[in-house]
Amino acid sequence: MTRHRLFWPGLILILLLFSNLFFTPDFFSIQVRDGHLYGSLIDILRLGAPLILVGLGMTLVIATRGIDLSVGSVVAISGALACLWISRLPDMNQLSGVLVAIVLGVLLAVALGLWNGFLVAALGIQPIVATLILMVAGRGLAQLITSGQIITIRSSRYALIGAGYWLAVPFSILVALGVFALAGLVVRRSALGLLLEAVGGNPEASRLAGIHSRRLVWLVYGFSGLTAGIAGLMISSNVSSADGNNAGLWIELDAILAVVIGGTSLAGGRFSFTGTVVGALLIQTLTTTIFTIGIPPETTLLFKALVVTLVCLLQSPAFRAKVLYRRRRPGPAEPSPSQPTSQLEVAG
Amino acid sequence: MTTTALSTGTGRHLYRPQQKYIPVLATLSLLVVMFTVGSLRYENFGSAQVVLDIFIDNAFLLVVAVGVTFVILTGGIDLSVGSVVALGTVISADLLQVHHWNPVLVIGLVLLIGATLGAGMGAVIHFFEIQPFIVTLAGMFLARGLCYVISVNSISIDNHLYVRLAQTQIPLPGGLHVSPSVLISLVVVLIAAYVLQLTRLGRTVYAIGGNQQSAVLMGLAVGRTKILVYAISGFCSGLGGVLMSLYTLSGYSLNAVGMELDAIAAVVIGGTLLIGGSGYVWGTVLGVLTLGMIQSLISFDGTLSSWWTRIFIGALLFIFILLQRIISVRRT
Repeated sequence: MTRHRLFWPGLILILLLFSNLFFTPDFFSIQVRDGHLYGSLIDILRLGAPLILVGLGMTLVIATRGIDLSVGSVVAISGALACLWISRLPDMNQLSGVLVAIVLGVLLAVALGLWNGFLVAALGIQPIVATLILMVAGRGLAQLITSGQIITIRSSRYALIGAGYWLAVPFSILVALGVFALAGLVVRRSALGLLLEAVGGNPEASRLAGIHSRRLVWLVYGFSGLTAGIAGLMISSNVSSADGNNAGLWIELDAILAVVIGGTSLAGGRFSFTGTVVGALLIQTLTTTIFTIGIPPETTLLFKALVVTLVCLLQSPAFRAKVLYRRRRPGPAEPSPSQPTSQLEVAG
Repeated sequence: MTTTALSTGTGRHLYRPQQKYIPVLATLSLLVVMFTVGSLRYENFGSAQVVLDIFIDNAFLLVVAVGVTFVILTGGIDLSVGSVVALGTVISADLLQVHHWNPVLVIGLVLLIGATLGAGMGAVIHFFEIQPFIVTLAGMFLARGLCYVISVNSISIDNHLYVRLAQTQIPLPGGLHVSPSVLISLVVVLIAAYVLQLTRLGRTVYAIGGNQQSAVLMGLAVGRTKILVYAISGFCSGLGGVLMSLYTLSGYSLNAVGMELDAIAAVVIGGTLLIGGSGYVWGTVLGVLTLGMIQSLISFDGTLSSWWTRIFIGALLFIFILLQRIISVRRT
């Protein structure tokens, strides 16, 4: 069982959740107030929703051996555009106007994602460099949209996305869940996931096998833009304002972290949506726990550094070979983690 | 390729196309064009002091970018530099103001911590074969987190030596002046250029960037060099932290946020290939100057808002990466 990809992250998540009991005995209680669900667990899910979304997009990008550094900027840009549009409406609660704002924000985000796809697939630039361009310029673009101000809006309809409730459940959780289920269904119930893993495993071999790897690369960066765009709407809607400078700051790093914790290999060729969700929840729980225990929140970064290092070391074949298995010789029957059977596990 | 080499080569580089200088020359001409346009459009722009001011305002970035150049030449990347710079400023300020240490000792310790952090990351990258990107990301979190542990608030420095170093202006002929930081950064550039071009370490750096497998087969000390390269980058970040604490006379954990991006951008604009193996420290100097020139142009203009800086840098990055791509495609 310890060999399962989700064993360690899952165990750490559960331990972390239970450690909260020492500090807040009613940590696991979920109440219904005014027809809404309340509780620490719900808060973790609600605040973790944007990270889950961005992480899902990042998962597919990393599965094809890429990386998307620009998601933080895309988060800021989509939120900025939507808030700008709503702030210009004569009535900020006008349904059609809010819908147009949402569509515009998401479309722009997808377009930016496709731009990354163009750089990687068509021009053949390394992903880390290609997306660095938008990461740098994107913050400027977001501030250009907001004219360097923080745009504040008063729209209860727009606030639904990030802070509202639907059927007693926070709407943002439903959105994240919906995207997770839909993406998981499309990727794992069709050949798409297999093709993506093939491209990540060996781009050249998959091309020779007749896979349109370029088209798939366009697709994953577009999807990453889409999820970042939705997350941007969520974040700006949660605080009813758009901040070009600080919205989605460092979310790219958290997302990469969530993906890595979830067992998706940075070398490409293997991915797990469920793992990413567990990873994102782990990061959000860590943040929440640090807040509730009363450790200065700034030290979260130290814990994150610790977690990244641990997870990466445990995943590294060289580390396992040199440190973990030094004493006992691995027998021939021991399954290697890179065996194809474990790669094709259905997750999602 | 040979025809261009024959027509433009000086004889020494008969079999080497001058193509390798194209990115650096492109940056240089861009810099000249920007300076000329600035001089024509704005009063007082066309003076040597404007260029020197760019050096004064970006001395720490220059030092950090030189360190990053080493890493990128081996084909790696270092995302931790900004945080290590911030850690340098916070440690300096804390030890000087709270614990009243000797400033010379403080500077030495900051440099040592930077180099140790870098060497540690390099060791993890080499021994456990984890991607530089993710290891230095962890280093970035670690250094930034340590800053917060030491102090959340900004600490201002009033140490005698620091204040003197910060306020000294070294006069140059023609009524010009520079700061001691500029001299330090230029010394770093000179040493780096010497090491990269004329020492065994430097040539090994290029060899690893060109093809690590071949470098191993040639019997070069690949592991040691890789660790050393990250240690150099860490050392330069520590020095960058010292220079930044001189520049701002304070230590703050939110200093140098995003500086890793500026440093990488400067290296790329300076013509160093991100796949490693090709590039010059002089290019990095030009890259830093270009970034500084963009800022000066925008501040002289007055009507353009500050966020245009980022957009311009992004656009420049795009152009230069495209140029790199074209060159590397032609090469193969």
